[in-house]
Amino acid sequence: MDVTTILILLLVGAIATYFSGDKLASKVALVFSLGAFGLSLSLLSTYCNGGNISFIANWIDIPKVALAFKADGLAMAMVLLTTALTPLIIFSSFGNSFNNSKNFYALVMFMSFAMTGTFLAADGLLYYVFWELALIPIYFIALIWGNGDAEKRKKAVLKFFIYTLGGSLFMLIAFAYLYSKADSFLLEDLYKLDLTASEQCWVFFAFFLAYAIKIPIIPFHTWQAKVYQKAPTVGTMLLSGIMLKMGLYSVIRWQLPIAPDAAKTYMPVLIGLSIAGVIYGSIVALRQKDLKKLLAYSSLAHVGLIAAGCYTLTLDGLSGAVLQMIAHGFVIVGLFFAAEIIFRRYETRKIDEMGGIRTQTPKFTSMFMILVLASVALPGTFNFVGEFTVLYSLSQVNVWFAILGGTTIILGAYYMLKMFQNSMLGETNAKVFAEVTSNEAITFVVIIAFLLFFGLYPKPIVDLITPSLNEILSNINS
Amino acid sequence: MDTNLALLLLLSPFVGFLFNIFFGKKVSRNVSGAIGTLTVLVSFLMSICFFAQLNQNGKALEIHLFDWISVHNFKLDFGLLLDQLSLLWLLFVTGIGSLIHLYSISYMHDDENMHKFFAYLNLFVFFMITLVVGDNLLVMFIGWEGVGLCSYLLIGFWHKNQDYNDAAKKAFIMNRIGDLGFLIGIFLLGSQFNTLNFSELKVALGGNLSLYTNICLCFAALCLFIGACGKSAQLPLYTWLPDAMAGPTPVSALIHAATMVTAGIFMVTRMNFLFDLTPEVQNIIAIVGALTALVAASIGLLQNDIKKVLAYSTVSQLGLMFLALGCGAYNVAVFHVITHAFFKACLFLGSGSVIHGLHGEQDMRKMGGLRKAMPITFWTMMISTLAIAGIFPFAGFWSKDEILMVAFEHNTILYVVASIASIMTAFYMFRLMYLTFFNDFRGTEEQKHHLHESPSLITIPLVILAILALIGGAINLPGSNWLNHFLEPILATKHEEHALGTHEYMLMGIALAGAVFGILWAYSKYIKQGFVPKQDSEITGFSKTIYNLYYVDEFYTFLIVRPLNSLSNFFRTTLETALGKLVFGFGTVANGLGTQGKKLQTGSIGLYLFAFVIGVLAILTYLFIAQ
Amino acid sequence: MNNILNQIGIENYIFLSVLLFCIGVFGVLYRRNAIIVFMSIEIMLNAVNLLFVAFSTYHQDAEGQVFVFFSMAVAAAEVAVGLAILVSVFRNIGSIDIANLKNLKG
Repeated sequence: MDVTTILILLLVGAIATYFSGDKLASKVALVFSLGAFGLSLSLLSTYCNGGNISFIANWIDIPKVALAFKADGLAMAMVLLTTALTPLIIFSSFGNSFNNSKNFYALVMFMSFAMTGTFLAADGLLYYVFWELALIPIYFIALIWGNGDAEKRKKAVLKFFIYTLGGSLFMLIAFAYLYSKADSFLLEDLYKLDLTASEQCWVFFAFFLAYAIKIPIIPFHTWQAKVYQKAPTVGTMLLSGIMLKMGLYSVIRWQLPIAPDAAKTYMPVLIGLSIAGVIYGSIVALRQKDLKKLLAYSSLAHVGLIAAGCYTLTLDGLSGAVLQMIAHGFVIVGLFFAAEIIFRRYETRKIDEMGGIRTQTPKFTSMFMILVLASVALPGTFNFVGEFTVLYSLSQVNVWFAILGGTTIILGAYYMLKMFQNSMLGETNAKVFAEVTSNEAITFVVIIAFLLFFGLYPKPIVDLITPSLNEILSNINS
Repeated sequence: MDTNLALLLLLSPFVGFLFNIFFGKKVSRNVSGAIGTLTVLVSFLMSICFFAQLNQNGKALEIHLFDWISVHNFKLDFGLLLDQLSLLWLLFVTGIGSLIHLYSISYMHDDENMHKFFAYLNLFVFFMITLVVGDNLLVMFIGWEGVGLCSYLLIGFWHKNQDYNDAAKKAFIMNRIGDLGFLIGIFLLGSQFNTLNFSELKVALGGNLSLYTNICLCFAALCLFIGACGKSAQLPLYTWLPDAMAGPTPVSALIHAATMVTAGIFMVTRMNFLFDLTPEVQNIIAIVGALTALVAASIGLLQNDIKKVLAYSTVSQLGLMFLALGCGAYNVAVFHVITHAFFKACLFLGSGSVIHGLHGEQDMRKMGGLRKAMPITFWTMMISTLAIAGIFPFAGFWSKDEILMVAFEHNTILYVVASIASIMTAFYMFRLMYLTFFNDFRGTEEQKHHLHESPSLITIPLVILAILALIGGAINLPGSNWLNHFLEPILATKHEEHALGTHEYMLMGIALAGAVFGILWAYSKYIKQGFVPKQDSEITGFSKTIYNLYYVDEFYTFLIVRPLNSLSNFFRTTLETALGKLVFGFGTVANGLGTQGKKLQTGSIGLYLFAFVIGVLAILTYLFIAQ
Repeated sequence: MNNILNQIGIENYIFLSVLLFCIGVFGVLYRRNAIIVFMSIEIMLNAVNLLFVAFSTYHQDAEGQVFVFFSMAVAAAEVAVGLAILVSVFRNIGSIDIANLKNLKG
């Protein structure tokens, strides 16, 4: 058994969801996504016991493209993130009703399929295909089931689509160039390539454009806030929880090892840019009035820090970045879900129109609070482990990076607590706010339990990813 | 066995927290309070156990629980360290904690969310224990941030009032500024010495250090001190502490007087081997401490809110402790921490009792003459006030005197500043006592009618704390110096015993005279002249500046908060739009090219054909020429 | 060499086909009637066909003639489709003057 089974299961799940009809769709999707999660867990145990779960076969002869899926610890960590979050996201949407829900859930499953493929693919062209494939479902999800004015939504979503697609084309060019050099798209062959400094530079920045838009790193982030705001919450969760991580993961997997010298040369610039994103995102978040937009900018700040960690080219930076990716994936899904729960009851995302919820719903408040605290990386949560490691790695490069990046500790606390205070605390709101249902609570509890457990005991994940990261680092440094 | 007991010590309050969070609402208020109190009491008993054990064999206990975080050059364990310093801290944290829990059962009895209050208090004790027993800087950091969180939760406990929420938020953020410093300090130490474990750091720092390492150490020490400034409310990060009085009074007593704010002192004492190597930073600490003591004391002179006075007195006393730390006299600072914990907890709880008796009134201008109605509260507070003023033979006398003595040895100016702060302390504390308990009652008739002594659950902790404030100095009397000997294994440098010569007696005499002067000053103003502070609007001149806390908050708002907010607005409205337009610019350019380009498409087939033929000809011509 | 090329030189075929081709090109460029444009295209095609056959004989290689068959077959198909389009254009617009067919204007 190898990792292709996960992909097949997800694809079959998407098709089955489509044919199951509107009523059953969400349940079918949940079952299949849970199945994929279980499957990836069992594959993980095979992998940990030394079994080989990678897969490689020829696909196209000219140009030489292989169906290569490489499952090392890093890829498995990301696959698990995807397959764990997908059922969670699907389950969290049980309180919503969608028109044509069979299409909706089929697209969600399909997106999960494409993202899993992106994480696993070890062949440049195959990877590119999955990378672009993931864009299609989210486009339709945001376009059709999004909220707000249809015209504005169309504009925002189209901008997002073209922007990311445009960025990716540069990556395609880079791949074409690399193919002309290596006569192969295979990851290992690309690693072995001996490129001159200027070639590396071109390839590096071609990749960078694609990833900087996807992650996003400022100033390439302009699509983000609006799409997050307009997309249905499920779409926002998929985007922020998993899709952003595609970009970050690709930085580690593709960009850095293929063009290591360029990465070393431009390291200070890249870290500087990422950290500028941290500060910029935090400052913009301070005065946001829309809850989802605020979370979008907080996400911008957090991924900035993760990207900075990636570009340090140290083991700490990379492993901290991966840890933080996973932690951020969970916490941001939880936070968007909290926003959705408020929206379900108050039909608003404007923070001024909330307030005084705490007295009515202690359970929800507590869970929301824990997520807010996790998001500001309180020690004991998983986010702290990631943030600490990333900041530590930054301090190894230059202590000023750590100090500037560390402002997220202060600013993050400021905007998150301000948001929490204005949305939840204060005099009891006149509008009734129903306590969370057990379905809603389950999602929160799973996320919180995950964050707290790995916050105190991150060792399993660290042990899983460290060998692969070391391998990548040896490729970078050789 | 020891591991299990230590875990019991650590986790018992956490169990209490879990119980109160999940089941607190279902059981009666008294049960919820009792569980909360008992779990802390268990920790206290465990601490006594370990303390006795330590006294017997003198060996510190190190317990490794599990691996936590690892970075490339070192691994961090989740480990506990029970040595002299941490046990001392545990004793008074859990001891005073239990008393305050007991007090809260009665004080918070009418609050609908009493179970939550106890849950948060328990969580606080849990984090405080974590902070104290952690065997490395990062575990300490868990507790460090954790107590900040609990402080946030408890200050904003009455969350319907947005002012209280603001105060809570402010406390958290100010603490976080310090925490960033702390983290940077951790990074510097970690990268230099490949460990964050206290005992390993101590060994590593004992070796030969290069010049570069020494510079790093300086920065690390400075960063750690910034962390301590945040947590222990020193200049310039002190403004959160007075605001933190928004929380219920037991919280002020537990967190903002006796325990959490001493975390900074604990940390500096814990890292004494580091600070000893960096005399520059020690000087900074001493100066900051002395300045804080003076500034806070001067603000305290004119405050009318009973809790605000106590809050500023706390800041001022913490300043004195930092002064001692800066002089390298860690044991003296610890001594003052302990005595201060006794009398300040007592004072806060006493003020809580007064507020309770007056149904929430905190303005001293509306009090007065409570001596007869609340005798126990009065006498216990009186003892504590004498202690904080530094009157022989109360606890505060001994510890404060030692601080002044080390300050004198260190630098005369620091000594003078600290002495002035002490005189001010005596003045404003007696001002508080006179305004509250003497003369006639100035409140409403209805309040007067309801005046009563608080129930015994409130007075028992008061009495216990007052006794401790009376005799607490005994742990380090000149001559016996039990505390100094006890702490010897922890502190790298040993302080020679003060032989009580004329010199010392003279200093003691000056201190005592100063305190008496302060008291008499207050007496003449508030008893003899019967002076009552003016209404807010009538205060003018420099007093107004002081009364308004030197406008520090306004200054911070002006300097940091407002620019940040306008920057945010600028980014949000201007820069974001501009960037968005820039990206759209690509689209606009493409659109423009299309508009121009479509003019070429006239639709005339003849033209197309002509262009086609021309094109073919051009290619052919080119091919011929190329050949 | 014992074939027709001995009597009429290859260069004559080339001249003829170039002439035919040019006539075709000018027909396409100057005439506005779509059917005549079509005929001109056919003339160009046949010019090429002629050249194919001539060279095929010249090189003693039948491949050229095979191509001519292909090209004739394609041309026939093209005419069928093209004329059908023209018929329907005429039915809709009432004219097959290419100057009137300007719907592709950008």
